[in-house]
Amino acid sequence: MSDEDEIILSELDDDELVAQMHDDLYDGLKEEIEEGTNILLGRGWTPYDVLTKALVEGMRIVGIDFRDGILFVPEVLLAANAMKSGMTILRPLLAETGAPKLGSMVIGTVKGDIHDIGKNLVGMMMEGAGFDVHDIGINTDVDGYLAAIDEHQPDILGMSALLTTTMPYMKVVIDTMIEKGMRDDYTILVGGAPLNEDFGKAIGADAYCRDAAVAVETAKEFMARKHNQMATG
Amino acid sequence: MTSKLQAEASPAKRVRVIGCGMIAREVLAINEQLGFDHVDLKCLPAEYHHHPERIAPEMDKAIARAREEGFENIFVGYADCGTGGELDKVCMKHGVERIAGPHCFSFYMGNQQFAEADGDYLTTFFITDFLARHFETFMKRPLGLDRHPELLPMYFGNYTRALYLAQTEDPELEANAREAADFLGLEYEYRFTGFGDLTPALSEAANSA
Ligand code: B12
Repeated sequence: MSDEDEIILSELDDDELVAQMHDDLYDGLKEEIEEGTNILLGRGWTPYDVLTKALVEGMRIVGIDFRDGILFVPEVLLAANAMKSGMTILRPLLAETGAPKLGSMVIGTVKGDIHDIGKNLVGMMMEGAGFDVHDIGINTDVDGYLAAIDEHQPDILGMSALLTTTMPYMKVVIDTMIEKGMRDDYTILVGGAPLNEDFGKAIGADAYCRDAAVAVETAKEFMARKHNQMATG
Repeated sequence: MTSKLQAEASPAKRVRVIGCGMIAREVLAINEQLGFDHVDLKCLPAEYHHHPERIAPEMDKAIARAREEGFENIFVGYADCGTGGELDKVCMKHGVERIAGPHCFSFYMGNQQFAEADGDYLTTFFITDFLARHFETFMKRPLGLDRHPELLPMYFGNYTRALYLAQTEDPELEANAREAADFLGLEYEYRFTGFGDLTPALSEAANSA
């Protein structure tokens, strides 16, 4: 639209710019997000504030409309791409400025399944919330999960499945962890469209998360609990 | 063979199949092949494929409606289709059966063969007659690939092969399937399956009336 083309990001004040970035993220406009990110940094914003107030908040709105059926997969993918390009700018700066770290997570799609859009989105939002995320990809078998846990020593293990035929494999992973006596050392979050709360309970996960926003909230809660236990125990 | 008389019989003597729009043509073809004129078909929109969370609640309503219309024999023309057991709960609640298997690609191939394949199809994208016929409107458009071809690697980057499971021998559909495979950048393979497990499933439902 021509009148939208006339918006000059650098002429907006901070609040207007952040609101505009939420819109641009919603519309999946990668270049605009990169530009907005650089402008805010140039105005002395901390990388952490740009991340949380402009990018994560914008993506949260996208998530709500996806959940409510207003947006479908392509819009979410485009928005995720735009957010990713902003994060690429911020990532090295976040490391330098010592932004708060909440914990770490290993995440992967289970064996037999190569659906990964939801997993990628959860990984990105977890990173945006301040978790170190180790994405081990798709079609992950027990050995793959265990090796990644061993290597990264995460607080949280995340498993994703989009097929009814592959979701039972999550139980195989959890049962193996129980056998090895390591189950209770990790918070296990599971997700994917065909799963539900009952399934999460039945396989012994700590929580089933309906979407990325719930995943972030749940992960934060479990981290807070862990810290409280460490403080009292 | 069923006689024409039964077609006019009361709903109580007939079978209502409530199926996915993606298999409507195939159900009608089987009915015609086997002369099931006492089987009538109602479909839920094929688009629910992309929104499996709608399948179970809408099926629940459709079964209730069929009961109100007087149908005693009802058959669900869906596999699990990503409802994660929710559709089975609805079937159980109403005491009706559904087609066995996780999805249509499996029951066309034959559920047993699909289950035993164990990973052979990990990076395979299946095309059916329906998908070959409606690739543009049913895959490209909802996935946004018509407007945003740059998303292709995010969707199909991990796939290697497009396997056309053909329900009918139709050169035009085969050409479409090949074109779809090309568009997706996948190696193309053809396999004639016919209606697979759909025929025995429908026969059983039809004969139970
Ligand atoms: C997009 C899609 C595809 C894309 C996948 C691209 C990719 N790179 O992943 C393509 C088109 C390639 C595809 C292929 C297939 N698909 Co598909 N696909 C879908 C669809 C429409 C959307 C999935 C999606 O990406 N959603 C968007 C994301 C953002 O949502 P999400 O995945 O649910 O993730 C969110 C939450 O679940 C949660 N979450 C997810 N993971 C995790 C993990 C953790 C740890 C946590 C906490 C939370 C969490 O947070 C996420 C963000 O909010 C679904 C139907 C649906 N609506 O679910 C079918 C669906 C999953 N596919 C299905 C099928 C059958 C297939 C195919 C077999 C079809 C075919 N023609 O071959 C192939 C798979 C072949 C194979 N070899 O495995 C079926 C599965 C049926 C079943 N019984 O299980 C579905 C349900 C469609 C249907 N109704 O039949 N598919």
